[in-house]
Amino acid sequence: MATPRSAFSAPPQGGDPSGPAAPVPQRPLGWSAPARWLVLSALLAPVGLVAQSPQPAAALVNPASLDYGLKARALADGVYVVEGANADFTPANGCNIINTGFITTGAGVLVVNTGTSRLYGEQLRALIERTTREPIVQVVHLNLHPDYFLGNQAFANVPIAATADTRAGMQREAASYETNLYRLCGDWMKGTEARLPTQTIGPGPLRIGQRQFDLREFRGHTGSDLVLIDKTSGVAFVGGLVFADRVPTTPHADPKAWLQSLDSLAALKLGTVVPSHGPVHQGQRGLQQTRDFLQWIDTSFSRWATQGWEMNEVLRANPPEAFTRWAAWPAEYTRNVAHLYPGYERAALQRGRAP
Amino acid sequence: MQRRLVLGAAASLLAAPVLGANPADPFGGDPFKSFQWPELKKEYLGARARTQFDARVKVQGPAFAEDPMNVPITVSTDLPGVQRIVVLVDRNPIRKVLELQPLAAQPAVSFRFKLEQASPVRALVQTADGLWHVGGAWVDSAGGGCTVAGATRADGSWTQTLGQVSGRVFSGGGASSTPGGDSATRLRLRIMHPMDTGLANGIPAFYVSKLSVRDGGDRELLRIQTFEPVSENPVFSFDFAKAPPGPLRIIGTDNNGNRIDSRIDGNTP
Repeated sequence: MATPRSAFSAPPQGGDPSGPAAPVPQRPLGWSAPARWLVLSALLAPVGLVAQSPQPAAALVNPASLDYGLKARALADGVYVVEGANADFTPANGCNIINTGFITTGAGVLVVNTGTSRLYGEQLRALIERTTREPIVQVVHLNLHPDYFLGNQAFANVPIAATADTRAGMQREAASYETNLYRLCGDWMKGTEARLPTQTIGPGPLRIGQRQFDLREFRGHTGSDLVLIDKTSGVAFVGGLVFADRVPTTPHADPKAWLQSLDSLAALKLGTVVPSHGPVHQGQRGLQQTRDFLQWIDTSFSRWATQGWEMNEVLRANPPEAFTRWAAWPAEYTRNVAHLYPGYERAALQRGRAP
Repeated sequence: MQRRLVLGAAASLLAAPVLGANPADPFGGDPFKSFQWPELKKEYLGARARTQFDARVKVQGPAFAEDPMNVPITVSTDLPGVQRIVVLVDRNPIRKVLELQPLAAQPAVSFRFKLEQASPVRALVQTADGLWHVGGAWVDSAGGGCTVAGATRADGSWTQTLGQVSGRVFSGGGASSTPGGDSATRLRLRIMHPMDTGLANGIPAFYVSKLSVRDGGDRELLRIQTFEPVSENPVFSFDFAKAPPGPLRIIGTDNNGNRIDSRIDGNTP
């Protein structure tokens, strides 16, 4: 680490075990620390005192100490979300752009996704351990994308579940994910190696302790998109199927299948929706945004391909103004075009005849 | 930050349509200030070639290469009397991408190519007076485009489809959103080929080297030489001021002598 750490820049617990041993306080130093530590000290409050706040608070990312500043926000009794920035991957936000979550069950904690890096996984685990006394008993991944599972190293002693399709996809993509995120995120990725899931899980009911979960498998954002609904609270972790106030990511997307999945998801009449990217919200808002965007992509790309548009013309097209106010515009649209337009082009071309 | 400064400089320099080289400038007036440029020019155009940076040569690409195996580039110019268009990439291990003789086509081409690292992408356009007009765009890259095997090479499927052509002729027909304008016609072509660079371990260079497009009366409309950096299963666009009489014939070869020969029907409704 380039800069020496002080007690104030080191994570209160957990954190980077390879760093020099800083005098880690055994109890919060909030009373003597600068204002931002007052906020962090709230996280050290004993179990049950974490307030159910309606609004997310921005994470206190500290690139110098590689501290993500993760916070647990209770959405319902025992149901927590850990919110990342609604943005694109950058070293400034620690490449923490995902919402992960965890749920107490009376018989142990279920963790939903493990974040972008070994460090994220470790800091998430430390956060869970200071939020609840229940042991961590299960990790579930909602799809194959890197920010869903590169924190798995911190959960090596816990069963880690994903669908068969997601497991196969992770296996296929793991090496390029590691390389790519190191390039994008730098030091935050130190010591990160992909640890693959250890269990295959299918759709259906899942019972842990006193909680009954409903797992639904869809496709379209990726080849397998899992949605986890807590029956007690009604909170739904919808993974990558729904993006809120953010341009959807599409490296493994099939827009038509995705739109169909959104119709099925809408029929479930979800209450509290936790998307992987963008703010937690009630009801259909994010779903409708995602549907509007995918419909625009599908309709426009089809039309432009049949009119002979080149990719550079598609990149410079005028989108509906609302999309340009979302996070990650225009970088994510550049990726959307690279991922999706070639398929529409192929469909528009005809096989040549023999001379 | 540094890149933004360079680009800013590029924009201000290109604001003047024609630039003379300043003898005090080690980059020869290059808006991208690329150390590769003087050698590149010598190697591909010859030591005595006359060049000038010219804003009338437009190169469009994405700001960054999401897929470095398929970086879309569009070259166009409104210069009259264009004889040749050469596309070079300063920082690729293989720097020449293609060379187009537009003949009866517009002096424009779109294609995708493999980018190894962030680099200027240049179009060198020779007019009838022999002068080379140089335009360019900067593309940032994730890296690795040239030294990674393509998808059909990895899964072995290329042998089933080698040399297959698909394509279509698009006509404006008054649709205001047609990019080339109302009267313009565009030919888009896709040729199935692994386009191996020879830089991926154990796979020798294997690429489409020549293509020619002829109209229904066997008149040659354009001729293009292509090289290793062109993307796998290349997609090209060529524009015409007027719809050429169909059917169009696509003839070509790869560097191993495999023939490409296919017909594409003319206008689509």
